[in-house]
Amino acid sequence: MNAALQQMTEPAMPLLTVEHLTMRFGGLVAIDDASFVAQHREITGVIGPNGAGKTTLFNCITGFYKPTVGRLTLAAADRPPMLLEQMEGFKIGQQASVARTFQNVRLFTGMSVLENLMVAQHNKLMRASGYTFLGLLGLPSFNRAERVARDLAVHWLDRIGLTHLADEPAGSLPYGDQRRLEIARAMCTEPVLLCLDEPAAGLNPRESAELNTLLRSIRDELGIGILLIEHDMSVVMGTCDHIVVLDYGRKIADGSPSEIRSDPAVIRAYLGEEEE
Amino acid sequence: MADTTMEKRLPGEAVASKAPSPLLVAVKETIFTAVLVFLLGVLMVGFQTQAIQGQYLSFVTRFDDVLWAVAIVPIGRFLLALDRQGQSWPALIVGGLAFLYFFGAGSTGVMELDVYKTLPLPFEEAMVNVIFGLGALLVFGTAIKSLRTAGQGRRTLPAREAAEARRANFARRLSVVLGPVLVAAAVVLPWTPWGDRQLVDSLVLVLTYVMLGWGLNIVVGLAGLLDLGYVAFYAVGAYTYAKLSTELGLTFWESLPIAGIFSAAFGVALGFPVLRLRGDYLAIVTLGFGEMIRIVLINWQAFTGGPNGIGSIGKITFFGFPFERKAAEGVTTFHELFGLQFSGSHRVYFLYYVILVLALITNFATIRLRKLPIGRAWEALREDETACRALGINPTNTKLTAFAIGAMFAGFAGSFFATRQGFVSPESFTFIESAVILSIVVLGGMGSQVGVALAAILLIGLPEALRELALYRMLAFGASMVLIMLWRPKGLLSYREPTILLHARNKKPMVSGTVK
Ligand SMILES: Nc1ncnc2c1ncn2[C@@H]1O[C@H](COP(=O)(O)OP(=O)(O)O)[C@@H](O)[C@H]1O
Ligand SMILES: [Mg+2]
Repeated sequence: MNAALQQMTEPAMPLLTVEHLTMRFGGLVAIDDASFVAQHREITGVIGPNGAGKTTLFNCITGFYKPTVGRLTLAAADRPPMLLEQMEGFKIGQQASVARTFQNVRLFTGMSVLENLMVAQHNKLMRASGYTFLGLLGLPSFNRAERVARDLAVHWLDRIGLTHLADEPAGSLPYGDQRRLEIARAMCTEPVLLCLDEPAAGLNPRESAELNTLLRSIRDELGIGILLIEHDMSVVMGTCDHIVVLDYGRKIADGSPSEIRSDPAVIRAYLGEEEE
Repeated sequence: MADTTMEKRLPGEAVASKAPSPLLVAVKETIFTAVLVFLLGVLMVGFQTQAIQGQYLSFVTRFDDVLWAVAIVPIGRFLLALDRQGQSWPALIVGGLAFLYFFGAGSTGVMELDVYKTLPLPFEEAMVNVIFGLGALLVFGTAIKSLRTAGQGRRTLPAREAAEARRANFARRLSVVLGPVLVAAAVVLPWTPWGDRQLVDSLVLVLTYVMLGWGLNIVVGLAGLLDLGYVAFYAVGAYTYAKLSTELGLTFWESLPIAGIFSAAFGVALGFPVLRLRGDYLAIVTLGFGEMIRIVLINWQAFTGGPNGIGSIGKITFFGFPFERKAAEGVTTFHELFGLQFSGSHRVYFLYYVILVLALITNFATIRLRKLPIGRAWEALREDETACRALGINPTNTKLTAFAIGAMFAGFAGSFFATRQGFVSPESFTFIESAVILSIVVLGGMGSQVGVALAAILLIGLPEALRELALYRMLAFGASMVLIMLWRPKGLLSYREPTILLHARNKKPMVSGTVK
C-alpha cells in the first residue's frame, strides 16, 4: 500500500513522544509518570474516567501548563525534533504547529465564522502584511495572501458544511456546528499534530458519525497525527488506531482498540462509569 | 446582610401565603441595617483624630454625622428590600430624587475643584454628598433594572433576540448614513453663517476628544484592554512638543511625528510589564501609571516646570507661514500670503481643520487596521485570549501594538493640544480626563466609530454649549452615563461589521431560520 511505503520513508521517531510526564498541582498528582507515543498518520485515542488527567495532558502538550517532570518530543517530518516542554505557550502553536480544541468550545463568539478561520492563519498573514506596515498600504502581495487564506478557510467551511453561515457570528451557531467550526479553525493553522478534547461531547449520533468521517479523512488525506480525547466509544472505536488509557493520572493500558476492549484493567477502571 | 439575599425573588413573582409580608421583611432588613450602620459608623465616622499643636493626637466626636448616616442609609436599604419584593416604584422615585439632591449639592463641591479651583462646599462635605448621591443612584438604577426585567420577562427569548438584531441593524444603517453626513457637515461648517469663531473654537475641543476617543477605542474597543491611564500618553505628546518647541525651536509640524513616536514608545515601555494582567488588574495598574506620569510632571521641576508647566510654546503655523499681524523680518504671514485682511479667527479656523484631519486620520487608520491580521488578532484577543494562544498568536506583542498605536494617536492629540493652548501644565492631565475619554468610548458603543463621535459631541459639546449649566456638568455626566447604561447597555450605536464577508450582504441567509 501507498501508506505503508510512506511509513518507511518517515523519520524513525514517532510524531510525539511523551516520556515520564508528571504534572502536580500542589499535593494533587494529575498525571503520574505517563509515557506513550503518538505515531505519524495515526489517530491516538486518550481515554479514561473523568478527572483522569486527559485535559491536563493536553494542556502540557500545548504549553498551557509546564510539566513538573518529563519530556515531550515532537518530531515532524520536515524539521528537527522539538522539546515542547521547553517552549513558551503560544510558540507551540506558532512554531511546532500543534493545534488543539477545547473541552468547552472556545470560539471567538462575537466574530463571524469566516473571521474565526482567518484569525487561525494569523502568523502567516502577519508575515504577508509585512507585520502590518505593508498591509496598511494594501500591497497586491498581501491581498493575494489574504485571498489564499480565505480560500483555505472556505475549503474547511465546505468540509464541515458551514459555508452558507460564513458571515454569521460564531456564537449564534448551534452547538454541534460550533464544535465542528473549532476543529476547522484548528485545521486552518495547518498543524502537524491535532489535539481534540472531547469533540463529540454534546453531539447527536448522526453528528458523531459525521465526525468519524471527518477525522478519518483528515488523517488519510493530510497525513497528520491526531490525539483524541473522547468518551463516546463509537467515535473512539470507529477512528482510533491506537489507544492510551489513563486512570488517576497513571497510564493503565496502551494498545490497539481490540486489545483495549479486552484489557481487564481498563474494564475495572470503567466499571460503573461507561458502557461500551 | 448575606442571609437576606437568599430571599431574593423575581419581581412580580407571587409571594407564597406562608411567607412573611413584604413590608415585614423590608422593615426587618431596615432595622438590621440601621444597627449595622450605627456599629460601623460609631467607630469609623464617630471619632476623628486631630493633631493638637502639631504634636499630640487627640480626637473629636462627630456623632451627629453618625446619626445622619443611621437615618439615611436604612432608607436606601428599605427601598431596595421593597424592590426585591417586587415593589420597585418607591425605590425609583425616592432614589431618583435623592440622587438629584445629593449629586446636585455634592457636585458643586467636587467639580469646582477641577474647573474653577474654588470650593463652595468644604471638600469633605462635598464628598459625603457624592457618596450619598451614588447610593441613591444605586437604588434608582436597581429599580429601573427590575422594572425592565419584569417587562422583559413577558417577552420570549427569540423575541428578545430578534429585537436585539433589529437594534443592531438599525445602528448599522444609521452609522452608514450618519458617518459621511457628520464628516461633510464638519468640513463645510466654518463656511456657513453658523460657523462663528466661538462655535468653531468649541468644536476644536470636541474634535480633540473625538480623536482621543477613537484612539482609545483601539485599545479598549478592539483589543479589549481596559486602560484607565490613557491621559498619560496625551500628556507625553503635549510635553514632547512643549519641550521640542521651547528648547529646540522645532515647529508643530516637525514635532508632530516625533511626539507620536515618543508616546508610542511610552506605550510600549508602560505596557510591557503590565499587559500580562487581565481585566480589572490591568485597569488598576494603568490608572496608577496615569497618575504616576502626572506626579512626575509635577515634581520634576527642572525639566517640566513643575506645577507651573511650560509656557510660550510655539503657535501653529500654516506650514511655515505664521498667523500673526506682523511677522519677523523676512517672514511672510498667512494673511499676506493669501492677501487677506489679518484676523485672529484664521488661526482658530486652521486649528479646526488640523484637528479634523488628525481625527479623520485616526478614524481611517482604525478602520484599515481592523481589517488587517493585527486588527483581527486584537478582536480575537478581546474575545478569548486562551484560544488565541492555542492558535499561536503572541498575546503580549499583539496587545503591545494596540497599546502603542493607541498611545501614538494620543501623542498626536497631545501635541495639538499644546500648540493650541500655547501652555501645558499637569492639571490638564488628571484622571478625570482619562475617565471622560473612556466614557466617550463606552457611551458611543465600543468599537463603533460613529458612536464615539456622537458621544464626544454629547459629553463635551453639550456642556460647552450650555455654559451656564457648567455647575451641573458632573451631574449631567453621571446621569447620562447611568441612563445610557440602562437603556443601551452596549452604547449608543453598537454593532459589529465582520472584517471580511464571503456572501454579499443582500444575499445573506436569515439567522433566525438556521438557529434552532
Ligand atoms: N489548574 C489546575 N489546578 C489544580 N488542579 C487541576 C488543574 N487542572 C486540573 N486539575 C486537576 O487535575 C485532575 C485531572 O483533571 P483533568 O485533566 O481535567 O481530567 P479529565 O480531562 O481527564 O477529566 C483533576 O483532579 C483536576 O481537578
Ligand atoms: Mg477533560
